[in-house]
Amino acid sequence: MTMAKAINAGLRATLANNPKSLLMGEDIGDLGGVYRVTEGLKKEFGAHRVMDTPLAESGIVGTAIGLALRGYQPICEIQFDGFVFPAFNQITTQLAKMHSRSEGNLHVPVVIRIPYGGGIGSIEHHSESPEALFAHTAGLRIITPSTPADAYWMIQQAVECPDPVIFFEPKRRYWLKGDVDTETAGQDPFTASVVRAGTDATVVAYGPLVPVALSAAEAAAADGHSVEVIDLRSLSPIDFDTIEASVKKTGRLIVAHEAPTFGGLGGEIAARISERCFYSLEAPAIRVGGFHMPYPIAKVEESYLPDIDRILEALERAFAY
Amino acid sequence: MAEVHLPTTEFEEADAAHGNQHGVTDEPNADAEPMVSLLSVEGELTRDETYSPYLDALSAEELLSFYSDMATVRRFDQEATALQRQGELAMWVPMTGQEGAQIGSGRASKPADYIFPTYREHGVALTRGLDLSLLLRQFRGVSNAGWDPRETNFHMYTLVLAAQTLHAVGYAMGMARDVAAGLAEAAATIAYFGDGASSEGDVHESMVFAASYQAPVVFFCQNNRWAISVPFEVQSKVPLVRRAGGYGFPGIRVDGNDVLAVYAVTQWALEHARSGKGPVLIEADTYRLGAHTTADDPTKYRDRAQEDAWRLKDPLLRLEKYLRSLGLADDEFFAKVSAVGDELAAHVRAAVVTMSAKDIGASFANVYATAHPLIAEESAWQRAYEASFADAEGVAE
Ligand SMILES: Cc1ncc(C[n+]2csc(CCOP(=O)(O)OP(=O)(O)O)c2C)c(N)n1
Ligand SMILES: [Mg+2]
Repeated sequence: MTMAKAINAGLRATLANNPKSLLMGEDIGDLGGVYRVTEGLKKEFGAHRVMDTPLAESGIVGTAIGLALRGYQPICEIQFDGFVFPAFNQITTQLAKMHSRSEGNLHVPVVIRIPYGGGIGSIEHHSESPEALFAHTAGLRIITPSTPADAYWMIQQAVECPDPVIFFEPKRRYWLKGDVDTETAGQDPFTASVVRAGTDATVVAYGPLVPVALSAAEAAAADGHSVEVIDLRSLSPIDFDTIEASVKKTGRLIVAHEAPTFGGLGGEIAARISERCFYSLEAPAIRVGGFHMPYPIAKVEESYLPDIDRILEALERAFAY
Repeated sequence: MAEVHLPTTEFEEADAAHGNQHGVTDEPNADAEPMVSLLSVEGELTRDETYSPYLDALSAEELLSFYSDMATVRRFDQEATALQRQGELAMWVPMTGQEGAQIGSGRASKPADYIFPTYREHGVALTRGLDLSLLLRQFRGVSNAGWDPRETNFHMYTLVLAAQTLHAVGYAMGMARDVAAGLAEAAATIAYFGDGASSEGDVHESMVFAASYQAPVVFFCQNNRWAISVPFEVQSKVPLVRRAGGYGFPGIRVDGNDVLAVYAVTQWALEHARSGKGPVLIEADTYRLGAHTTADDPTKYRDRAQEDAWRLKDPLLRLEKYLRSLGLADDEFFAKVSAVGDELAAHVRAAVVTMSAKDIGASFANVYATAHPLIAEESAWQRAYEASFADAEGVAE
């Protein structure tokens, strides 16, 4: 099934199993969301569980916090990455801190789904990758699937988690197909996974860039380089143990994300792995990512987004040391 | 110096006469806007068809306790201010002058209702049965909250203006669901906010959501005329109560220094909300007699004359006059109330000096509800770092 259908199925399972869960968002009811991720759910569970809210993102997250304080499990949809900012205050100053500032007395297990990333030829504000802004905020957990199977399980695990979780959905992979085993529970959502084994270099990617990293590894193999690929899955916390084990073996680290490299997660991973793997590194960690500019116009986004060649170029640099 | 450009008002002509330093009047249209007021400054009670029945139901003891609550929290406020001056608190947010609005509205709430305060609702805290010394934990810097809200249904203070209004609406939406599912008795939330906070987008969104979902929430705005140094007229050209109509729910302007009117109006609003008829906005007309916080200096932005005029409308004085005129209270009663206040003050003073912070380990503990590798790593590092000094000291000895 496609990733969009897998998230839909995961949400359906959640709504069926957890009577306190409810979906909130813009156009998620009759329309099924602008990407149809919630298609059919309102019909199945009613407007009471699948709520088309007024058009106000701070309102969605702020009322979700109140519902959570009352014992409900709200799952909010932000329509596009670029429109999460009206809710930024509620997410960072309220949602992230409620458990901590209440000295552990209160829980706000709100889940916020955000379609993110570019590559869809869209107009501005529809292709952004703001994950670092949230990863920088303690109190939030941030996960992002790269396969339909992970999408199906991780959305349910996000709801089960007692902490607030931001669930970034790689929108250009909504139509990516894959097998989904709905019987065997998925891997711990806060761990990374080695999706291709290799010995010469490690490429860490997440969300939309995992298939790109895999293709790059395939191309590198043709040139005789064995590249290990890690799907990060969780952006906060980051499973540094898995990356460390890989880099200690390969001696080279490339981190790829669509978000701008400056101040991004790649820098954080590079710094921590440099500390942990200093004596194993054959080359400095190299970041592949977006440039320091507002997400560019669709006609040039191809030159902005990391692709197979950009990852191969980074690998070449790493191998040159 | 560049000319300070302020929003224009329809009341500019009156400015000069008023002598307000901001060049705007301090009471736009205040007299023209209807306001529920039952107990006059002289302590005389008038009847109102809608609201008086709520007062008729009050016993003499209850009437007296309205006074003692107001006097007690004022005494508490003085003590907290003194504690700040003596260095026991980093800061204090005084509420003197707003006792009528806070005790009146708080006393109208039931235990099952849930209150979302700002940071100044010490009087409401008293009516919820909170040990007021706990309010000082935040201002002493030993906690970011101070109490478990579930015990009194009185939420932690929220310092990001207006953020709590949305929480109040969401919580109320949850209450309505619980009632519909037969899981709970009808209850409502009260969302407190100030005249300054009324300009925040979250207040707008909370009212939109509340109206859309008919949420059982009472929006209680204490219009104390000032947002730190900025007068109300910069926030709004019309009394805030009129906004309710735009959202499609009732709005009531009430004399915030008339504890009885506030009590009756809030009772009405809470009943309205609990019965499933949706939200109500109450604008309580009141005044912050003291500074914004102990770090503030009101002489920089407002006239003493304005404060003096409001002192005449003191919520305690008029209830005292009324109680005396009814023969319900004599000097002995007031002496007793004052002794109760002193007792609370002594309790708070004794409690505050024992309030100490746990070490930073406790701060690591509650960032997440479940195990988190980065928290584990950083807290272990921090412990080891601290321990390294202890070891070093040990060696030296
Ligand atoms: C979002 C936000 N902006 C600014 C502040 C700083 N601040 C604290 S209180 C205050 C004035 C609030 O005035 P009002 O809402 O009228 O409440 P009052 O203090 O009079 O009770 C300001 C500007 C804040 N706490 N939160
Ligand atoms: Mg004010």
